[in-house]
Amino acid sequence: MANWVLKGLRTGIKTTVYPSGVDNALGVSPGRPRGAYLRSEEEADALVARCPTAAIARHDGGVAIDNRDCIHCFRCQADAEEPGVPWEDSYEWAAYPDEMTAARNQLHRAFGRSLHIRFIDAGACGACMSEARQLNNPYYNMHRLGFFITPTPRNADILLVAGPVSDAMRLPLRKAYEAMPTPKRVVAIGACAISGGVFGPSFAAASGVADVISVDLVIPGCPPPPLAILHGLLVVVQRKRPSGLVSPPTNGEASPP
Amino acid sequence: MTAQEIASKAAGSADIVDLWNGRWSGRVVATLDPRAGICRIECRPADLLALCAWLAEEEGYAFATLIVEESTKPAWLLTYVFYRDAASPWVHLELNVDAHAETVPSIVGLAQGPSADWHEREAEDLFGLSFEGHPRLGDFVLHEDWPEGVNPMRRSFDARQRLELREPDPAWEPPTIVEATGSFAMPVGPVFSDFNEASHFLLETVGEDVIHTIPRFFYKYRGVEKIAEGQPVDGVLLLAERFSGNAAFAHGLGFCQAVETISGIEVPSRAGALRTVFAELERLRHHAATITGICNSTALAVATSQAALIEEDLLRLSCEIARHRYLFGAILPGGVSCDLSEAQCKRVAGAVGEIAERLDRLHRMLRYSSSFLDRLEEVGLVSTKVAISYGLVGPIARASGVSRDLRKLRPYAAYDAVDFAVAVEREGDGYARLRVFFREAEQSAAIIQQVVMALPPGEIRTDDTSRRAGRALSAVEAPSGAAFHWVTLREDGTIGRYRITPPSFTNWHGFHLAAENFAFQDFPIILASFGLSNAECDR
Repeated sequence: MANWVLKGLRTGIKTTVYPSGVDNALGVSPGRPRGAYLRSEEEADALVARCPTAAIARHDGGVAIDNRDCIHCFRCQADAEEPGVPWEDSYEWAAYPDEMTAARNQLHRAFGRSLHIRFIDAGACGACMSEARQLNNPYYNMHRLGFFITPTPRNADILLVAGPVSDAMRLPLRKAYEAMPTPKRVVAIGACAISGGVFGPSFAAASGVADVISVDLVIPGCPPPPLAILHGLLVVVQRKRPSGLVSPPTNGEASPP
Repeated sequence: MTAQEIASKAAGSADIVDLWNGRWSGRVVATLDPRAGICRIECRPADLLALCAWLAEEEGYAFATLIVEESTKPAWLLTYVFYRDAASPWVHLELNVDAHAETVPSIVGLAQGPSADWHEREAEDLFGLSFEGHPRLGDFVLHEDWPEGVNPMRRSFDARQRLELREPDPAWEPPTIVEATGSFAMPVGPVFSDFNEASHFLLETVGEDVIHTIPRFFYKYRGVEKIAEGQPVDGVLLLAERFSGNAAFAHGLGFCQAVETISGIEVPSRAGALRTVFAELERLRHHAATITGICNSTALAVATSQAALIEEDLLRLSCEIARHRYLFGAILPGGVSCDLSEAQCKRVAGAVGEIAERLDRLHRMLRYSSSFLDRLEEVGLVSTKVAISYGLVGPIARASGVSRDLRKLRPYAAYDAVDFAVAVEREGDGYARLRVFFREAEQSAAIIQQVVMALPPGEIRTDDTSRRAGRALSAVEAPSGAAFHWVTLREDGTIGRYRITPPSFTNWHGFHLAAENFAFQDFPIILASFGLSNAECDR
């Protein structure tokens, strides 16, 4: 057993500098598209047509990205023939679902610095869950920030839900929510949990968590990287400011073909 | 494949057709497609049992999948797919069933029958097709709250409608098997433990020891096959990648290969090589994640952290070379979307080499941790006999002495050019599975190095975007085993039928065999050593 202790010590500290600094390591986040002004109306319309989930819409002469619907399919990226929207290397993606919730959360501080989190799989593909699981690995080590995963909703402050909510998971999700003590918050992670993604609404799945229980914070992405989930948890304890839901066109140039 | 190989393969296959026509003359119509390596056999319901028994017991074929299609004339087309080894053609047993004949003979009573068990139950639930002689039909994919007599896979069913679900009956109790005095059933799930997928296990116990486990799945049924119908290829590719995020590339590849076969599209050799690189990178990450899970289930904290670091490094590497941590969007019909520059090739080769070394060091340390081995050895046993009769696939079957691997059996992408030996163990316990995961992870790293060192020049995607109508079955070795993708393309380029047989579906079926007569605290370990995904199984 002493070997394991030595092995651990030799590995050294691997923890990210986030949230006190910016983590620039390669591959911590896939990044996401940003709204843009294009050279012509036709180019903008073509981009809107290329998006399979209608996350891109015409806005103020350019195109805006609704992050809730973006599934990271990269089809809005520039290729040999067509221009694309610019891409940003970010991960602070958590946002309030609407202005009412934003106002309520900003006025009323529900928690101190520590949170206990119950994760619920409501029909997720496994990628969101895998990213949430990475929060326990030494790179992200969320325990250092006072965040803990709890195996029961009865000890939980936060319900972290992934997936579009398949029919069979409606009842377990509602029961878990009801078993939580107040104050409680629901955080929807990933495009499926926010808007149903590519699956819902259909005969077998809802169009996200908000169909079943009220949602206090959304973390867009398909899947959101661990740092985005960490940002969301920091927003809940008001240590970080939330991001916006929609990325409007900016003056940065659209990426040329 | 060289012309000579095709010719010799065709000669061997022609014997098969003679064999069929001789043995079953007048009762079947056998035709051979030498290019696709498929022997298609049309048969009548009355002969089905005898044919399946002969194939499995005398010819040594294994059941792969059952595909049900609703057509107009006659009402149903059922395709039973069997496969054997690299030299033999696959057998597609085709059965036409009239609308007025509401039942089909069930094949679960045969020696290899258990492998078709879940396929028949699923078809009964989703299509309303009854299988005569099946011991337990009903409430499988669709749970009790689903309205009776509504079959979502029927053509007449609208995928966008929301049905009124039935209220759960408060008096309902799950069926149990054990009837000893003092025995009780301990429910686990669907919301349980720290990070487990939604699934339910009923542990039948008399106190310390669990006698029997009754699993219950499909909490995550999202109707992927149904919502795929009528969508264009590009739309369904998103579903194929996203129904199981941990094997996104493998399933995207399975779908794209089927579309390419139907449309007669040739994939450039560079794209084939890159597909191999991405598929192995995914396998390496999947196995690292499974090893993390196994270490975590035995509460070995430092080993869990070490394996988790490897997993995260692989996620970052995937993102660096293919834009996405889970390789979403990397595969396209006719090729791949990301190329690797020479510098990137060197980077990948170096990175996976370093990861293979770290895995090797971890494996060596685990081998000398007796407390860890005690938890895994002789836990969750799957015997070779059971693995064969349940048709298990992937690392779990290979840990039980079944050496089948589709990368060898029917090489796709660039697998015919890479050199590796299939990892096989005999014991079939948790430790044998762990060893297979380690060996395969090392091999994946070696395959990646082999391929990126000799990446052929050329295009990464063909310009050929033509779509033809037709149907095809594609088979890929996903990280957890053999995945079969059946695609029917219509004239207008939309999907007529999409049937996925994921490895988790096949292997979860065998889980209850490993979870019998064990101590309570071993349950998470057995679960982790299977390393399966419910999202992949439930679709």
